[in-house]
Amino acid sequence: MIEPTLILQLPHPQLPPSTGVFLIATVIKMIVIFTIYMVGVAYSTFAERRVSAWIQDRHGPNRVGPQGILQVAADGIKNIMKEETYPSYVSKALFVLAPGIAFVPAMMTWAVIPFGAPLPTLWGRIDLVVADLPVGFLFTLAISSLGVYGIVLAGWASNNKYALLGGLRSSAQMVSYEIAMGMSTVCVLLLAGNVSLNEVVQQQAQMGWNAFLLSVAAFIFLIAAFAETNRVPFDLPEAESELIAGYHTEYSAMKFSMFPISEYANMITASAMMATLFFGGWDIPFTKWDNTGDATVLKALLTFGAFATKVILFVLFYIWIRWTLPRFRYDQLMSLGWKVLLPMALVYVIVIAATVLALDMAGIARGPMFGAILFALNAVLMGGILFVLDKGRLISPAYSRLDRSRVERLRAMATGRSHLAGRGTGA
Amino acid sequence: MTIKVKVLERPVGEVSYLRATVKGLALTFKHLVDPHKVTVQYPEERWDISPRWRGTHRMLTTEDGKAKCVACGLCPTVCPANCIKLVPGEDEDGNRYPLVFEIDEFRCIFCGYCQEVCPEEAIHVGRHYENAEYSRDRFVYDLERLTSQSHAVCEMWDPADPKGE
Repeated sequence: MIEPTLILQLPHPQLPPSTGVFLIATVIKMIVIFTIYMVGVAYSTFAERRVSAWIQDRHGPNRVGPQGILQVAADGIKNIMKEETYPSYVSKALFVLAPGIAFVPAMMTWAVIPFGAPLPTLWGRIDLVVADLPVGFLFTLAISSLGVYGIVLAGWASNNKYALLGGLRSSAQMVSYEIAMGMSTVCVLLLAGNVSLNEVVQQQAQMGWNAFLLSVAAFIFLIAAFAETNRVPFDLPEAESELIAGYHTEYSAMKFSMFPISEYANMITASAMMATLFFGGWDIPFTKWDNTGDATVLKALLTFGAFATKVILFVLFYIWIRWTLPRFRYDQLMSLGWKVLLPMALVYVIVIAATVLALDMAGIARGPMFGAILFALNAVLMGGILFVLDKGRLISPAYSRLDRSRVERLRAMATGRSHLAGRGTGA
Repeated sequence: MTIKVKVLERPVGEVSYLRATVKGLALTFKHLVDPHKVTVQYPEERWDISPRWRGTHRMLTTEDGKAKCVACGLCPTVCPANCIKLVPGEDEDGNRYPLVFEIDEFRCIFCGYCQEVCPEEAIHVGRHYENAEYSRDRFVYDLERLTSQSHAVCEMWDPADPKGE
């Protein structure tokens, strides 16, 4: 519905810019986001090393520059200068391509993530998102599934059994958790009624964060995000105890370095998705002024700060988890994905869909009241889920409690012959 | 015959993954915010080494800058690693002095017997541990090097004060 006068209109800070300005602004946004993102990736590797050191009562890298902040530059230079090895029998084209493929999807997701309130400029209002796709949400789902290709191709092209096993594990893991992840995000769409991420953020500003309205979905998404990014406790593709280094066993120098870089890139992207979908995106909590009224520069900066803070907190959470939990066993991983998370997500979608439908039919407007009812429902559900998971069945094959009758039977069998006497005869 | 498996029925509190996770996160967080670091930031910070530390040797000198050594030959005799090379000399007044006094620090086992046996308190093992060199032959310390070194010397074990207090 563009009126002819709009085209001839003079630029105004509160109105969308003209096409030329839009293109230039998009290019600038791309460059800015890419730069911030790459610096963020570099510094999350540094944060990982420092935080892990603190958790283990060490110092961590603190020599290059004040408190070691130039360590990332030293690492980068080292990795570029190192010799690149090409094992014989690798499929060379794919071997070279795989690190890039692993990295690019993580970065592409950022195109649709809104990172701040619109910025007014002399040439028109600039949305702080590289591409405000109407289907932004579906785009992220599609792209995040592509991330596995890099790892699988690396594993396959290496022509190495460990690398191949790592790649296979990664693909199985991604497929398993992708479903639960997708299902958990369906609930977000049910609430927002839209697949544009900006709309999702606005909805959360109106009704309260989805982390409270859809806690179970947030919980599932969080776990699935860990699995999707191959982070501990789901880092089976590179389980060094059984697979040397997994899919990047044969890689060296910068090509090897691309895999950790893409892991951290994925981590930041997953953190940003988590923040956007469940923690209000760039919404500043407990305030309304940032979502309403005219766009101002201050608003844009503060909301960007809020978004960055949320993302950084999630990255730190990732790191914290990594240095706390041990790796799952492969069957535990699969059973958690298929037997716990997937059914949970499916049932939850139905429950939320029914609740939203019922509330809409009861004529309750989408607002604080709507949010409060959903929050109460989620509190109950979350309590129930945590109670069930607490019963030692979360990673069931590792340890499932035997029911009393089986214990009795086994005890009766064991008392027949003592443990030591049975050992000598053998089976 | 079936394989017998010892079945333990533990209380939920001990086997719950959730509770263990929360407990673990609390523990790591405690260390994160309050790390009790034990690492010594080496070039800037150093350990106080024991007064009885036995490191590379040092030859003490008299006021006129000559080595106290009288080339009695006790230290090469007592040395279990056979790392001291001593060629005695004698001046016009009949004072003995070492013509050659070399210690091969690679052979040395830092037992400190040379210091204990020395009647003139000339040769000492030092309280010193930064001995890196660029070539192996630099590890044979000659008399000049031994006398020019200035690091603290070892205080040998004193039976009256067995704990070194």
